[in-house]
Amino acid sequence: MSRIADRFAALRRERRAGFVIYTMGGDPDYATSLALLRGLPKAGADLIEIGMMFSDPMADGPAIQAAGVRAHKAGATLRRTLDLVAEFRREDQTTPIVLMGYYNPIYQFGAQEFAAEAKAAGADGLIVVDLPPEEDVEFRPHAETNGLDVIRLATPTTDAARLPAVLDAASGFLYYVAVLGVTGTKAAVTSFITEALKPIRKQTGLPIAVGFGIRTPAQAAEIARVADAAVVGSAFVQLIAEHLGPDGKPRPGLVDAALRFVGDLARAVRSARVTAGA
Amino acid sequence: MDTPNTYRAGPDERGHFGLFGGRYVAETLMPLVLEVERAYAAAKADPTFQAELDGYLATYVGRPSPLYYAARMTQHFGGAKIYFKRDELNHTGSHKANNCMGQILLAKRMGKRRIIAETGAGQHGVAVASVCALFDLPCTVYMGSVDIERQAPNVFRMKLLGAEVKPVTLGSATLKDAMNEALRDWVATVDTTYYLIGTAAGPHPYPAMVRDFQSVIGREVREQIMLAEGRLPDTLVACIGGGSNAIGLFHPFLDDPGVRMEAVEAAGLGIDTGKHAASLTGGKPGVLHGNRTYLLQDDDGQITEAQTISAGLDYPGIGPEHSWLHDIGRVNYVSATDREALEAFKLCAKLEGILPALEPAHALAHVSRIAPRLPRDHLLVVNICGRGDKDVFTVANALGVKL
Repeated sequence: MSRIADRFAALRRERRAGFVIYTMGGDPDYATSLALLRGLPKAGADLIEIGMMFSDPMADGPAIQAAGVRAHKAGATLRRTLDLVAEFRREDQTTPIVLMGYYNPIYQFGAQEFAAEAKAAGADGLIVVDLPPEEDVEFRPHAETNGLDVIRLATPTTDAARLPAVLDAASGFLYYVAVLGVTGTKAAVTSFITEALKPIRKQTGLPIAVGFGIRTPAQAAEIARVADAAVVGSAFVQLIAEHLGPDGKPRPGLVDAALRFVGDLARAVRSARVTAGA
Repeated sequence: MDTPNTYRAGPDERGHFGLFGGRYVAETLMPLVLEVERAYAAAKADPTFQAELDGYLATYVGRPSPLYYAARMTQHFGGAKIYFKRDELNHTGSHKANNCMGQILLAKRMGKRRIIAETGAGQHGVAVASVCALFDLPCTVYMGSVDIERQAPNVFRMKLLGAEVKPVTLGSATLKDAMNEALRDWVATVDTTYYLIGTAAGPHPYPAMVRDFQSVIGREVREQIMLAEGRLPDTLVACIGGGSNAIGLFHPFLDDPGVRMEAVEAAGLGIDTGKHAASLTGGKPGVLHGNRTYLLQDDDGQITEAQTISAGLDYPGIGPEHSWLHDIGRVNYVSATDREALEAFKLCAKLEGILPALEPAHALAHVSRIAPRLPRDHLLVVNICGRGDKDVFTVANALGVKL
């Protein structure tokens, strides 16, 4: 079984939802990013999404775009992001890593080469935001050959007619986008999500992680009552931004503050104590 | 590569022109572009839609635009017989109105109550703002803050027309960033909002739809040159940024093997300086804004900035159908620098009494290279896709003149 499947199986045994944290690879610089990654599992992250920066992240809001700009300025490239994964994996063999980004950097790297190197580095799954099922024939087979999960997004606009296309060949988990909009701009509404997940659960047995619009421990706990995992991204990268000096360099205490925030979120998710769908 | 039976059948049902095009959008956008595709297919098959569009094109946009024999320019170069397709005479001053009229009628048909758009130079923004005023629809135009600064008159025009102009400060703060921001707006407002894309790029069906609405240019040229000369032209020339005026002129002629086509990209300060907007000449295939096409980018796949004196050509990509026509060799893609475009701008003003926009000045720069070497019975049509009034400040600045 993959690390992702193992982790969701363990969560089911513990009868709780998982906590997923998103961090932009190389933000605000390589060393700090690695220190954050290494601290995340202990702080309570069950699964880590690492953003692969792209100059034109059209599904992301200002917070994550700014994180990408910071990473780029500090020298982030797709290869350096794979280096981060490999360095993290040397010390942590169990926490699943999902790489999340846009297709063009992968296309330039070479889809086949990228899938092979991502696997070798220790990644477990991939989310390529702008590669819908209709366009992923040149990429998905390489991911599958290398045993990487292809994680798909479903949204409030994904209707019953479209859902089978999204779920076809999806693996790992399903990422449900909780709000109409880009990352980090609106608050998710739990009652709406509860209703929205019902028809999806009828069509798939995959765990469902819910993200976009979760900013506080209280919100994360609410989501954890109805979903298999709650994802927080923009609020985390924004906190990193708040701990940078005027020169863009990390101020002392950044890593501790960021991990404290993750700890608060993770505790809230754990104390929600509900296994969704049970 | 095999020669297809027809060059006019594309795209396939999923929006691909060979390797290019497609629908590379986030799942959040996918249902939206599928909805536009269904609505456009229905409208295209509905004669009342086409009749309504033709009516507005005739009475509001001012079509057909004339095909004008440029006698003095012809004489000046002493070679090919040069015709201007006068699309700069359209309402709002460019070919952009053709597409805006088509898409606003589609938006109305779809029951949308709000329009968003991106603009670079502001020509598309002004055309969108105009048709939104005409149909009383609220309109938000996203524009890079850098472009807002260098295109102040067009910003004011849009506001006079009732549009809200939203500055975009992210990224390079130019056209590509305005497009990112418009896409983000659309994701969050899908129920009410229609995204009116200004060039033959973006996710399927936009490249094909914008091409269809712009093809009125080429269809008119066919009829007009038959009347004037009794035969088809030998060469067509158009400038190309995203490529909507070029595909509009070329598409009706793609299956006429005797018609040669030349598209002129903006070479900025020169291709070898790296400061240009020539996606085909200086870029490589990649994925941006919903389609695969040639893009200016670095080795890591990060999109790089375009640079040209002409804000309307200032885009790091190009419509996917052009990428395909480039790779199969049906259209010849060349480039002209800022300096060459400025020379052509001045020459056209003096010889013909027409101030072309800096965009078609690139096409004219290429005409000045090829016309002298062509025989006198060679029929050359160049698309003057916009008028130069918007550019007088830029030109004065480039020529070192204080206004």
